[in-house]
Amino acid sequence: MSLAIKPAAPSGVEALARLAAGRRQRNLVTVLVLAGFCLLLLLLSLGAGAFAIAPGRVAEILLAKLGLAPQALLDGREALVVLNIRMPRLLLGALVGAALAISGALMQGLFRNPLADPGLVGVSAGAGLAAAATIVLGDRLLAGMALKLPFAALPFGAFFGGLVSTLALYLIATRNGRTSVATMLLAGVALGALAGSLTGLLAYLSDDRQLRDLTFWSMGSLGGASWTKLSAVAPIVLPLVIAVPFLARGLNALMLGEAEAYHLGIPVQRIKAIAIVLVALSVGASVAAAGVIGFVGIVVPHLIRLSVGPDHRLLLPLSALGGAALLVGADIVARLVVAPAELPIGIVTAFIGAPFFLWLLLRRGRIAEI
Amino acid sequence: MLPSPQHLPSPAPRSQRRRRLAVAALAGALALAAGGFAVSAQDNSAGASARIVAVGGAITEVLYALGLQDKVVGVDTTSQWPPEALKEKKSVGYVRALSAEGVLSLRPTLVIAVEGAGPPDALALLRESGTPIADVPEAFTADAVVNKIAVIGKAAGAAGPAQALAERVREAFVALDAQRARLPARKRVLFVLSTQNGRTMVGGRNSTADGIIALAGGINAAAAVEGYKPMTDEAIINAAPDYIVMMRHTAAHGSSADELFAAPAFSQTPAAKTKALIRMDGLYLLGFGPRTPDAARDLMGLLYPEAGIAVSDAGKAYAAP
Repeated sequence: MSLAIKPAAPSGVEALARLAAGRRQRNLVTVLVLAGFCLLLLLLSLGAGAFAIAPGRVAEILLAKLGLAPQALLDGREALVVLNIRMPRLLLGALVGAALAISGALMQGLFRNPLADPGLVGVSAGAGLAAAATIVLGDRLLAGMALKLPFAALPFGAFFGGLVSTLALYLIATRNGRTSVATMLLAGVALGALAGSLTGLLAYLSDDRQLRDLTFWSMGSLGGASWTKLSAVAPIVLPLVIAVPFLARGLNALMLGEAEAYHLGIPVQRIKAIAIVLVALSVGASVAAAGVIGFVGIVVPHLIRLSVGPDHRLLLPLSALGGAALLVGADIVARLVVAPAELPIGIVTAFIGAPFFLWLLLRRGRIAEI
Repeated sequence: MLPSPQHLPSPAPRSQRRRRLAVAALAGALALAAGGFAVSAQDNSAGASARIVAVGGAITEVLYALGLQDKVVGVDTTSQWPPEALKEKKSVGYVRALSAEGVLSLRPTLVIAVEGAGPPDALALLRESGTPIADVPEAFTADAVVNKIAVIGKAAGAAGPAQALAERVREAFVALDAQRARLPARKRVLFVLSTQNGRTMVGGRNSTADGIIALAGGINAAAAVEGYKPMTDEAIINAAPDYIVMMRHTAAHGSSADELFAAPAFSQTPAAKTKALIRMDGLYLLGFGPRTPDAARDLMGLLYPEAGIAVSDAGKAYAAP
């Protein structure tokens, strides 16, 4: 573009500079709006729920926890609801939402495919199969062992199932130290189909109760959030968040193609390996903690691309914010619409997100290129 | 690069003022939250009276049978009997997918939960909040029903009436045993849960259907499979049922006796010769609550008309097409 502008035409340069400045300003606005929106949803999430607590009371309980208000406030059910139910729940929601959205953006960049989602590396299929096995066979398999709770075994099963299938996929796609993303894509589809059929077999073997457990698990829920769960998930997901700034430049170069990126001095193979491992870890942990929550990984990055463009330096952190906002917002709806019962969150994310995404598509006419 | 966040206003000098400001800001945001969603939570003005959340269909049924419905504030979605339960009480969702905050919002003084209720995380949070939880064991036998009633009554503070109800139910089961002992040759019974797209779901061993067939003096023709499973046409012919039992609402979905026995699988069964189809209300038949002895006797009466067992009016109504 800049080649077309003659150096002797100062007006052209000015126009370009104005354009860049305008874009920067617009991006800044997007960042601030999204961050503000995310913060607002977090506060909403703390204040809203089936258990009615006055907003002032919630604030007092938080301050009491920080040592700024009488400690007597920390006794009783209200404090328990705010500190041990809503707080870990909204943090888990934000963490899982951010992890799924970053993972989606990473996968789409890495595979240069707008349809790529975190499930592509085999995590979801493997985790789903392992979870089904734990739900259906857990009672029988674990009966002989000291472990009595299939519910405790479920997250572990899901996590390791996800890791094992990703590892298998990575080994299949790697020849001579080079990982072929095309092979990985196709092998991922095949592995997904295999895991799907085995999961179907387990569903056939299951009884009514197990079948309902399977169905609920496959629709996701933040209902079981606790500080223990959060402290187990956070250390696994945080490396992905920390790695974002280091991966962004490499992914930008990869948009040109693998050979081109390599000649730009980008360690292509290392970036691929790091991204895949981090995605497998964090999505595995997310699925283990909250079940299968679809849609976030594929739609949030596209929403962000539509508003700020495909630059990963902006796309990745904004996807994290967007994913966190979507999941926390969806969770507020999930636990309020049928209170005191609650809806599986996967239903809500798709129900809110899909029409919004379609509206954006119609308005923009086409989706941003990757 | 990420643009740096906007400069934050410098903190006020006095901590007192800062604290008040923080409370005000937080309260403002939370007020927005509470204002947006008007969530009803019943207040605890009733005083010392018990507030019970019943998790499990049979538990709700027993509590209503004991006349404790005024103390029940919430039930789960499997509490289909009596029908008014889910209408007049708050629903806390499916028995295995409870929400801790949802249950707590009803400010219960007691949660009575059937074995297998969950998830355990939610139950753990309820215990942490100081809410007593009574666990009720579940099995599909006469003893289990009697035991269930006693356990529920004791937990709800109505041990006396519950003992009386349990005793009545036990006597009804004993009378049923006597009737069953006098039955002529046992008949083979196939419980058909549904016939969707020509695929027949039957009740195998360890299912509620298996339990009620045994109590009614029948032989479960589908004992070869476990739980509710689809069965092939050939296996149905092999099972050779003398009677088909279906739930009334399923049977209403376009499968009259004529249609059912016109299907290749069922046309080859002994049941087809006499068009032996019994349709009964699913909750009455499979609830495993206080009504179970009646349901079992009614089913027995319908299976063995030659034994001259009187079918109750309720049973006749439930069995009406």
